[in-house]
Amino acid sequence: MSRAWTERLSGLLAVVVLLAAWEIGCRVMAPPAYLLPSPSAVGAALIEASPRLVPSAGQTFLQAVQALLLATVVGVSAAVSASMHTTARGALRPIATLLQVTPVVAIAPLLILWVGLDRADLSVVLLAATIALFPLFSATLTGLTSADPDLERLFDLHGARPLDRLLRLRLPSSLPFMVEGLRIGAGQAIVGAVVAEFVAGTGATQGLAWRILEAGNRLRTAELLAGLAWLAMMGLMLNLVLGALESAVRRRFGLTR
Amino acid sequence: MVEKGRPIALLEGATVRFPERAVGPLDLALLPGTITALVGASGAGKSTALNLLAGLRRPDEGRAVPGARGRVSMVFQSPTLLPWADAVSNVSLPLELAGTPRTEARARAGDQLAEVGLGDRLSALPRELSGGMAMRCALARALVTRPELLLLDEPFAALDSVTRTRLIDLTCRVWARAERGLAVVLVTHDVHDAARMAHRVVILDPRGAVAADVGGAGPIGDGLPADPDQTRDAVARVAAALAATMEPAA
Repeated sequence: MSRAWTERLSGLLAVVVLLAAWEIGCRVMAPPAYLLPSPSAVGAALIEASPRLVPSAGQTFLQAVQALLLATVVGVSAAVSASMHTTARGALRPIATLLQVTPVVAIAPLLILWVGLDRADLSVVLLAATIALFPLFSATLTGLTSADPDLERLFDLHGARPLDRLLRLRLPSSLPFMVEGLRIGAGQAIVGAVVAEFVAGTGATQGLAWRILEAGNRLRTAELLAGLAWLAMMGLMLNLVLGALESAVRRRFGLTR
Repeated sequence: MVEKGRPIALLEGATVRFPERAVGPLDLALLPGTITALVGASGAGKSTALNLLAGLRRPDEGRAVPGARGRVSMVFQSPTLLPWADAVSNVSLPLELAGTPRTEARARAGDQLAEVGLGDRLSALPRELSGGMAMRCALARALVTRPELLLLDEPFAALDSVTRTRLIDLTCRVWARAERGLAVVLVTHDVHDAARMAHRVVILDPRGAVAADVGGAGPIGDGLPADPDQTRDAVARVAAALAATMEPAA
């Protein structure tokens, strides 16, 4: 059996062992269901609450994807500008550092206030995009400035125009970095969407976070955990899709990094 | 063809300062149709000399007249091909950067690849080429612009001895076939490569100044290598001159 398969099976086995221990613990110690429901109860809630959870999961997923697209457009454009102009780099660096060191989730109340509670959906997308922005900007900029130095010399030698250098060398070289940034940004976008919904907390957006909040308020802990399971699956799915994209990019562009 | 004439590129007392040290002064005049080897210890400034000759940097002191813009080409230690582009796209790159229409650039690239023996690998990606083939592709990319100055920055260092010998022979043939007198500068650590391929071997001392300038057994006319005796003598000359630069002064 290959090493990769052994690793995958070990991971799966660990999850199965954890769930089994949890189930046995719940049956033996019988904690109150509002405190710790068993995995089988969570499974049942997944099915029973699916008419509510599935549309909410769809909404949160859609908002995270919209946020990721927005962050990609803004982050990549900013990184391209920063890689081409010293002035732009000087102007963007403090903003990027600020984005990196500030817990951006803390601006959620402000964002909701500015955008308006009646447009909470937009606030969710904007906050998620703001959080996903830094990893995308940072990874793309690293990629744009990491092209092979000898290839850079070759482009210098042949008097390449900045646009040629960007399109023929730096952008293709930065693609694997960009996809890596997308993977990190995707996780962040889901966090952003959830936090914004928590802060909005009015039911104006009926995404997964709101379902989780509502289930918590009503002590329907199994449904709360079922909502969490949906969030985890969503993150996993985005990660898988972007992982496949990363492999495809590396293959197509013959890059090892 | 060995020709004489005005230097294609010139260094006169050129010194380049780095934060921790300086390289130079370098004095070098490259004549058309000659192959010059630059030999010296690591850090002696061989690559700095190439950058000065290519016009990629200016000296902090002294004078450098680089090769004419657009007429200088370079081959690096590794093939340095765009990994996502096929052989013909890699070779046509310098032409396209200079504004040659794409169709014409690709046609010329195809011809150039055929000249280095890769006529059947036009659409191969770099990862599908062996080390020697990738280096021939890099050589084709350097020659496609029909340069008057070809700078070789240790391109044979990472190759096995058979591939290395074939590539040196190929480079000599290409040099001989060049329409105008092509000047070649080969940076190398290998005394044998330098003596065999170059007409003139310039040895740099550890500070990067020219320590010796001795004759090599470089090709004449048809690009065929010199006879073994001549080569052996040249290797001995170069090795002795190099050893002298490394020994402490008596």
